[in-house]
Amino acid sequence: MKTNRRSFIKISGAGLGAAAVAGSAINFAHGSIINEAIPDVKVAERTPTYCEICFWKCAGWVTKNDQGDIWKIEGHKDDPHCNGRLCPRGTGGVGMYYDEDRLKTPLIRVEKDGKQVFKQATWAEAFKVVGDKLKQIAKDHGPECVALFTHGSGGKFLGHFMKAYGSPHVTAPSFAQCRGPREVAFYATYGEGVLSPERTDIRNTKCLVLIGSHIGENMHNGQVQEMSQAIDNGATIITVDPRFSTAASKSKHWLPIKPSTDIALLLSWIHVIIKEGWYDKEYVEKYTFGFDQLKAHVEPFTPEWAYGKTTIEPKVIRETAKEMANASPSVIIHPGRHVTWYGDDTQRLRAVAILNALLGSWGRRGGFYNPDKVSIPDFPHPAYPKPKKSYLDMMDGKYSLATEVISNGLCDVTTPAPERDCNIKAWIVNGTNLIHTLPDQKKTLEAIDSLELLVAIDTMPMEITGYADVVLPECTYLERYDAIRNSPHREPVISLRMPATKPKYDSKPDWWIAQQLGFEMGLDEYFQYKDIEEVLDWQLKQVGSSLAEMQKLGVKKMKRAYDDLYIPDGADYQFNTNTGKIELYSTELQNEGFDPMPVFTEHAQPPVGFYRLNYGRTPVHTFSRTSNNPNLVDIMPENDLWVNPRVAKLWGSKNGQYVWLKNQDDIVSQFSIKVRITERIRWDSVYMAHGFGHSNKKLSRAFGKGASDTELISNVKYDPIMGGTGMRENFVTILTEKPETVAAS
Amino acid sequence: MRYAMAIDTKKCVGCSDCVVACQLENNVPIGYCRDWIVETTSGTYPNLELENRSERCHHCANAPCVRCCPTGASHIAEGGVVLVTPDECIGCGACIASCPYDARYPHPDGYVDKCTFCIHKVRKGEDPACVQVCPTNCLYFGDLDDPNSEVSRKIKERKYKRLKTEAGTDPQLYFLI
Repeated sequence: MKTNRRSFIKISGAGLGAAAVAGSAINFAHGSIINEAIPDVKVAERTPTYCEICFWKCAGWVTKNDQGDIWKIEGHKDDPHCNGRLCPRGTGGVGMYYDEDRLKTPLIRVEKDGKQVFKQATWAEAFKVVGDKLKQIAKDHGPECVALFTHGSGGKFLGHFMKAYGSPHVTAPSFAQCRGPREVAFYATYGEGVLSPERTDIRNTKCLVLIGSHIGENMHNGQVQEMSQAIDNGATIITVDPRFSTAASKSKHWLPIKPSTDIALLLSWIHVIIKEGWYDKEYVEKYTFGFDQLKAHVEPFTPEWAYGKTTIEPKVIRETAKEMANASPSVIIHPGRHVTWYGDDTQRLRAVAILNALLGSWGRRGGFYNPDKVSIPDFPHPAYPKPKKSYLDMMDGKYSLATEVISNGLCDVTTPAPERDCNIKAWIVNGTNLIHTLPDQKKTLEAIDSLELLVAIDTMPMEITGYADVVLPECTYLERYDAIRNSPHREPVISLRMPATKPKYDSKPDWWIAQQLGFEMGLDEYFQYKDIEEVLDWQLKQVGSSLAEMQKLGVKKMKRAYDDLYIPDGADYQFNTNTGKIELYSTELQNEGFDPMPVFTEHAQPPVGFYRLNYGRTPVHTFSRTSNNPNLVDIMPENDLWVNPRVAKLWGSKNGQYVWLKNQDDIVSQFSIKVRITERIRWDSVYMAHGFGHSNKKLSRAFGKGASDTELISNVKYDPIMGGTGMRENFVTILTEKPETVAAS
Repeated sequence: MRYAMAIDTKKCVGCSDCVVACQLENNVPIGYCRDWIVETTSGTYPNLELENRSERCHHCANAPCVRCCPTGASHIAEGGVVLVTPDECIGCGACIASCPYDARYPHPDGYVDKCTFCIHKVRKGEDPACVQVCPTNCLYFGDLDDPNSEVSRKIKERKYKRLKTEAGTDPQLYFLI
């Protein structure tokens, strides 16, 4: 996986500011602690923020100690995302600020003695390099040949820059590598997406069904809190997962399904609910389209049929279907979040959407509510230039139903191919470590190798920065303003992030980086403001607040425009679909040549001696973003490999033993991973938390700790409907000796 | 007044937020902790049970660490809270050896440190940091002498267990099961 033109540069330590302070990064947060076993810190100051450690973006307060150093972050009581309680990652967010491995100055790739190295640069020098190259690309190929990959708040400003420059190619891996199939499936069924935070009314539900969704291990804060409330209220939880997840342990029914057979189970549940007449007849009659077709379609999918596919006993399938029906309409078959598994994911999520519709849960208390948010206008700017081409043109009209830009699609049209006359020439990558984000690393590295310009904007020396021509150090969320958080919820609610302290080192906020890049490119008219405070104050005044007010409040709840959190019983309702109804039979999918109703297909199973590689989340880390955070590394420094005792016996593996993994394409993990022998996993699969196995030595705490699932995901099952990357058809075998192919490190 | 804590194992997901919040609130050095998560699995696939528990000092009514402390640094404060005065501690480690729950650690600055039930916050009428932060709201803190306190009510309403009661320590952490 060596690239030629663009060799990986480890961010050099020399001349990058002060060496790491010995000992812990935050130990000295409030001075000597002798005789301070009971802290008596006068709270000097607190400032509002919303968290940037994950996409849930909980609002909180940053508190400093009496020496003016950031001490702690606590949840904001008025914020429905967190209700005053941050998750471990948000609580440990201070570690992101104190991490001494942070990027400290702009860096430019230069050739020195025949070797590619990074040269420390000023911001002006860095902007000049980026600006000159972007102007050249716009002239030679068109601005559409530049792509922005972003996962975080900075994307708002950098996206504005991109559109002003003339490119529509702004993408977040959170679509095609994560929740995309869910959104497309729900749009096809209800004419609306599930959105973020999910519109699931978990706190009021009587029955929560989780399919591979491990709430509690994923700390999607509001949902974790509501699941806990549901447990208090005595709700029934049903969990479908080949692994005994934390959520499974809280469930009345755990269905240890054979991996990749979820659609068979869903079709069978639909079969039973229709056959037994357990569906919400009035709701189905009034609001849905295609019930008769659906009934005929699921006729063959008896629980006995599904048993052969899923290994779930027919009795259990009937029993759990009855549990859901008893709770109807206060039942949630949860659509999940990371759902790019096997390439037929949109169809699986269609089955989830259909099942919810039959039980009448959409728009009902304890099912799915109708979220509301305020409309905040953009700060005035001239109209964006109209792009002349789209990456979709370069892809032969594939993935027509994608509702957002597909990250892997942009990656695909970056590598030159004879059938295309146009390729993406430059990437700007912000807050997403594409090396650990996009599956099939070989493809990603090929694409990177053919780029004319790669700009990485990050707080940390993530792997992607090693491939960049220009590295721009953004400051952390604790040191900057960002756009107003404006997310859909039961009540519209806005939240402010303001700097708790000045940026460390020579790091800068994204709003400033975008504005300066704009000036460099002569796009001044799009950036006519002195600073972000002017923008935020203007925007807040349009919605009845002000920057001064939000600096005091942090969070402000607004009134709903209409009293329509749920659909009133029997009310007429027009859905945003072709038929104006909830489409059990999808006319949209049919028009595009796809199955209008979900069909079960068999997926490959692991060959002898191999195990399906399953991966997931852990409560203390967000992808690879937190893997060097001193506070969170302290809790969980590396991932481990879950292995069933029977499998461990076969390989003679002991608990705690380090092993390497080799996948079906002979790719060997770069680093070893610790075996955890546990009954909580099936014998046909292994499991690890995503986000570990970093290869950049400059991540001093994360380097070489655990294994990376991404590097072992080389078999990608593309979703033909929306281009998502199914990542769960990769199989690994265990190597108990260090393989020769792994270079000494 | 008798401070105690109830931990609802039916809700705890073992996320370690209590640990991180405690470390920051109390300036616990990286590499050490005053509270921790215990996860126990029993059974064989697919008949399994899992229990998550957030554990810390049990603030025993009959505390061996206080009895064995040669200097009086370990003492019982208001509400039965077991505390250590760093100035009086010589770091001999007798208390660490005597604790059946392994709830104490030698602080790198030379004294023994442990959970204080965040008494500095409790004195101001706040909950301990772990209780305040817990996303599943599975920790309850309060006064057992007050029958209307949340912790008293939980212990009355629910089945619970205490750990290592055979050591005769009369521990004040109640695990709701």
